[in-house]
Amino acid sequence: MEYFLQQLINGLTLGAMFGLIAIGYTMVYGILGMVNFAHGEIFMIGGFVSVITFLVLGYLGLTWVPLVLVIMLLTTMFFTSLHGWAVERLGYRALRNSNRLAPLISAIGMSIFLQNYVQLLQGARNKALKPIVSGGVELMTSASGFTVKLGYMQVVIVAVTTVLMAGFSLLIARTSLGRQQRACEQDMKMARLLGVNVDRTISLTFVMGAALAAVAGLTWLMYYGIIDFYVGFLAGIKAFSAAVLGGIGSLPGAMLGGLLIGLIEVFYSAYFSTEYKDVAAFAILVMVLIFRPTGLLGKPDIEKV
Amino acid sequence: MQNEKIRSFPEMVKDAVIVGAVSAALALPLVGFKTVDRTTQIELEFRFGEMFYAVAVIAIGRLLLSLTAAGKARAVLFITAPLSILGLLEYAFELVPMEWPELAGLTWLAATIIAIRAWVFTRRDKAADDAVARATAGLPVAAVVTLFSRFGKFLGPAAAAFAILMPFLPFADQRMVDIGILILTYIMLGWGLNVVVGLAGLLDLGYVAFYAVGAYAYALLSLEVGLNFWEALPLAGACAATFGILLGFPVLRLRGDYLAIVTLGFGEMIRLVLLNGPDFGLLANGAKGIGDIPRPSFFGMEFTAAPKPGAVAFSDYFGLDFSPIQRVIYLYYIILLLAFITNWFTLRIRKLPIGRAWEALREDEIACRALGINPRNTKLTAFAIGAMFAGFAGSFFATRQGFISPESFNFMESAVILAIVVLGGMGSQVGVVLAAIVLIGGPEWFRDLAAFRMLAFGGLMVAVMVWRPQGLLAHREPTIKLARSPRETPVAVSVREKAT
Repeated sequence: MEYFLQQLINGLTLGAMFGLIAIGYTMVYGILGMVNFAHGEIFMIGGFVSVITFLVLGYLGLTWVPLVLVIMLLTTMFFTSLHGWAVERLGYRALRNSNRLAPLISAIGMSIFLQNYVQLLQGARNKALKPIVSGGVELMTSASGFTVKLGYMQVVIVAVTTVLMAGFSLLIARTSLGRQQRACEQDMKMARLLGVNVDRTISLTFVMGAALAAVAGLTWLMYYGIIDFYVGFLAGIKAFSAAVLGGIGSLPGAMLGGLLIGLIEVFYSAYFSTEYKDVAAFAILVMVLIFRPTGLLGKPDIEKV
Repeated sequence: MQNEKIRSFPEMVKDAVIVGAVSAALALPLVGFKTVDRTTQIELEFRFGEMFYAVAVIAIGRLLLSLTAAGKARAVLFITAPLSILGLLEYAFELVPMEWPELAGLTWLAATIIAIRAWVFTRRDKAADDAVARATAGLPVAAVVTLFSRFGKFLGPAAAAFAILMPFLPFADQRMVDIGILILTYIMLGWGLNVVVGLAGLLDLGYVAFYAVGAYAYALLSLEVGLNFWEALPLAGACAATFGILLGFPVLRLRGDYLAIVTLGFGEMIRLVLLNGPDFGLLANGAKGIGDIPRPSFFGMEFTAAPKPGAVAFSDYFGLDFSPIQRVIYLYYIILLLAFITNWFTLRIRKLPIGRAWEALREDEIACRALGINPRNTKLTAFAIGAMFAGFAGSFFATRQGFISPESFNFMESAVILAIVVLGGMGSQVGVVLAAIVLIGGPEWFRDLAAFRMLAFGGLMVAVMVWRPQGLLAHREPTIKLARSPRETPVAVSVREKAT
């Protein structure tokens, strides 16, 4: 029971991060119908920007943890969303009306490019950071001596994710930007005829997705204390699996899918084997696509001639 | 960029400054700072000088591009072309020691791109009166493509003849033949993937999985069962094709991009399984890999100086002096043969009903279904045939290397093969050859640029997609089409076979 509870806590933390990345996939898919393969790399860049921001703040002598975290969050979101914007502007905008495969191949190229760009600029080795927020509370101890720990970092991650997702849902549901975004998702041509600036809306979709992925990158770095240029590949695939599991195109679906993938991965490695935990995520992706291609909360996709 | 109005000079400067500012903001965290590993923790180094230089190159480049579009192409050409030529001379002869070779390379790249663009514009201005020249001036690639289609008939046989004679030409030493083997392996993989991506239009991101299956199948068959290369080769191909069918069966009803991600997942799954070493004979070695894989023999003759008792050495039988290059040349001819088989098979199958069905399916799946083509079986055949060729190539890889490990079959390998197919032009056989020579041979010759290889791959994939979404030597049009000419009956098809 205690072991289960501990895994539940770990799984929710991991799932929160996957959920943040998955939103970027699901929004871009919803509006453009393409898999933004480079999104995992955006997440990785978020992690690197956080490392660098942290080091710069240390260099400047800032050490008060809450302030450091807030500044890190804001700078990471800013610079990473700029990268997300640039990726769309350079790699995808020209391909908006071409065949389905062209944007995907461009996205794969973008992903390879960004991975190697970061590797060349920052080195291929792991970047390890000492924990900024450490410690935690012990929730309970079982008779056999197993202690359930809730790290402060885990609390911060889940809190930040919840606040961001709530704010983001409000942004999509209530603001005019969110309305424009949803309009473009439903019918881009009609939205344009009604005066919606489609280019700007799509750019902002990428910016928002990248900002959320940046937060995921930051929390990933805080949680694991380590990041390398290759981390975006696996995390990106898993987050995409999460988006598909929740129903691609659906925002609550992405959050739900992220949580589920996180929980599945943690429980699988806790109760079965750690070696095959990555296979588990892929297996779920394949199963979902075969048995329920629209995902848990997705709308059926009707192919028009 | 074509549709932009011609702007006044201050506007261009403003535009260049904005572009510079954006790129400065982009470059600030990742270029401006470098994280350096020290023994206890990571520290920062500053690279602001390089960052500002790179940003300046981008801003000036943007300004020059605007000037080119505004009719100052000749002046721009005068500035950038000497810079580009100078850069080439510097790379070839190392006239001046460079402190920042990366920045020099960036400058050269920018100057060359702008020079090419300016040159295209001057040609376009000059050719304003000549209608034919005007049609081709803007697109040098289009001119190359027309050239290829005119001489395409001779190009294939000429290239084949060169490939056959290559090991005996005077400049061919062991290294050259080795590079030839490498390039031919990728050409074969490219042609195999071309069946799936180019003909059937299925984006397969896990192609390397079948390559791995072929390699491991050969390793197991030869080491555990004791078959020789030629006995194991068809079995390895069949094994890979079976995997293709097993993996393809559940996923092939998915749409393009889903299929791509699922195949990627399968590719990674196979690699992870191999890495963890399932308890199946030598596969249990896992990450350690399998070594001592037997080399192929020539009708039972071995390529060694001291053959095993009872065996005959190739060099003894033919009365030659033993030399390791004999084995390399033999391997070269094996992969050449395999590649020719792949090419011939693909060219022939395009004309069979199944090949026509692939192309039709690529063009319009719904119409195909309406015409009674079974999409799943048709796709499955393409998948299995593509997998089979990857299996052959994998067996060859295993026998050539003598050692295989899961790390040889990661996603980057799939991406490289895909890049070859995409850059060559999906469906074009000649394009695959050219792309393989440039992408695989190029880094072998420019060893000191090897670190930038994958960066260039990624950048090229994006650039080619943005610039020519159908690939450099595009051949995406169906082999047969409904006739357009009014003289022919509407239902007659023009059987204009393309020399691909």
